[in-house]
Amino acid sequence: MSRNLPQISPLGDNAILVQFEQIISEELLNKVLYYRNLIQQIYIEQKVEVINTYNSILINYFVTIEDVYSDLEAIKKVFDQYNDTKNIESSIFEIPVCYDLNFGIDLEFIAKEKNLEISEIISLHMQPEYRVYFMGFLPGFLYLGGLDEKLHISRKSQPRMKIEKGAVGIGENQTGIYPKVSPGGWQIIGNCPLNFFDKNRKYPTLISAGDYIKFKSVDREEYDRIKLQVEQGNFQLKKQDRNG
Amino acid sequence: MGEVKVLQPGLFSSIQDYGRFGNMKFGVPASGVMDRYAARTANLMLRNNANDAVLEITMMGPKLEFTAATKIVISGAYLSPKLNTEEVKNNTILEIAKGDILSFGRRAYGCRAYLAITGGFTTEKVLGSKSWYEGISKYQKLEKDLVISYKEDLAGRIETNAGLKFNEDYLKTSEVEVYEGPEFKFLSETQKEHLRNSTFSIDQNNNRMAIQLQEQLQNDLKPIITGPVVPGTVQLTPSGKLIVLMRDCQTTGGYPRILQLSDKGIRTIAQKLTNENINFSFQQSL
Repeated sequence: MSRNLPQISPLGDNAILVQFEQIISEELLNKVLYYRNLIQQIYIEQKVEVINTYNSILINYFVTIEDVYSDLEAIKKVFDQYNDTKNIESSIFEIPVCYDLNFGIDLEFIAKEKNLEISEIISLHMQPEYRVYFMGFLPGFLYLGGLDEKLHISRKSQPRMKIEKGAVGIGENQTGIYPKVSPGGWQIIGNCPLNFFDKNRKYPTLISAGDYIKFKSVDREEYDRIKLQVEQGNFQLKKQDRNG
Repeated sequence: MGEVKVLQPGLFSSIQDYGRFGNMKFGVPASGVMDRYAARTANLMLRNNANDAVLEITMMGPKLEFTAATKIVISGAYLSPKLNTEEVKNNTILEIAKGDILSFGRRAYGCRAYLAITGGFTTEKVLGSKSWYEGISKYQKLEKDLVISYKEDLAGRIETNAGLKFNEDYLKTSEVEVYEGPEFKFLSETQKEHLRNSTFSIDQNNNRMAIQLQEQLQNDLKPIITGPVVPGTVQLTPSGKLIVLMRDCQTTGGYPRILQLSDKGIRTIAQKLTNENINFSFQQSL
């Protein structure tokens, strides 16, 4: 296998960008996460944050980089190390979703468009273990991979001005959960009662890049019960270890 | 404890420090002062930390009453500040007595002024920062009757470090320092020439999140796989619009990142008003 060295270059005066090949895959994500963790070890966390996306690592400094040459050298050295992606520790979370038509306001549209029963849409959506690639767009919004091709559907031609917090949607080949009220163009199929971002927690999100999630269908009664537990702060999210 | 009472809110003012660092992994915008140089200068003149919380004031300043003695420095844009009835200067220490009223008048140059106060404003910290941002902090902008707290400062006159000079050149230049962005190499020679040699102007869509430019660039680049963006990243949209991301920008984006402003470029464009002109001045990147 040829050794694909990433491109490493400064992005402005406060960041260094590492770019791998232009693809989306779990194999690449594992590699990205592995090197992200190694790079973070070079730095003091309070001064430099190292994040990943599908195929990039960003090394983001609090203030202007003092000696960019020596930092670039240090980062390049990291890639001399063997890529042992087996070391990626991750968890799988069970995410409750209520697929009631009251929440899943586009289920009927998708059923017609894709020639599927609503029950088929729901089971196709619940089937995969989705990989969390990273967070972006909104605080606590998860970029997920693994949506079944049968559910790929274009965004609404006219985005909605207001999508409810917790709305579960599909846009092209992606699925995701709106962590707060927001405008948006995705087709909405359900709602999740969990809080994906809480600014008052020291670690404001429950889930991290590299983890997995699996959706579990709950009825309206259970949805309401979970929502109440979340509000009272005593909901226990189901979580298991699962290596990447 | 002292309080600044907002008698009139002005156009748009918010509390900012150097931003919500370390929360990019959660998808939280960094926020923070648009012009770090001006905020830093004002803070250092008061012997504060460079990143202490200041009030960022946009174009039309507020009218503020102080309930306790302190010292302040105003830096950045010149918005004709007045202490009670007397005109005062930017970049000098102003001694404030209980009951003093600070107001602003005509904008002379620049877009954003910074008001630093001894010890920094002692407002709420969320996720490690006092910067105001919708959905994260309690407030988003100054409103009438709002009060902002600070520590009373009864110590007498202090000498400003004589070496601390504020260079205002960047407030008046149209040269915005940029580097080539990650996707610059995919542009055609014509597009590159256009970026190097044309004059662009600031669109009315400009705020703390992004500054759009009026002129478009013919564009046939494909979108990229969603990747990291930072303040100063210039995105090229499918319709050919250039969007300069600023401090409240999202953490990732899918438009090609054709340019990247330097620190100086960010503060230069942060001080521009709608319809003002800029040119990109390309710096050698590594």
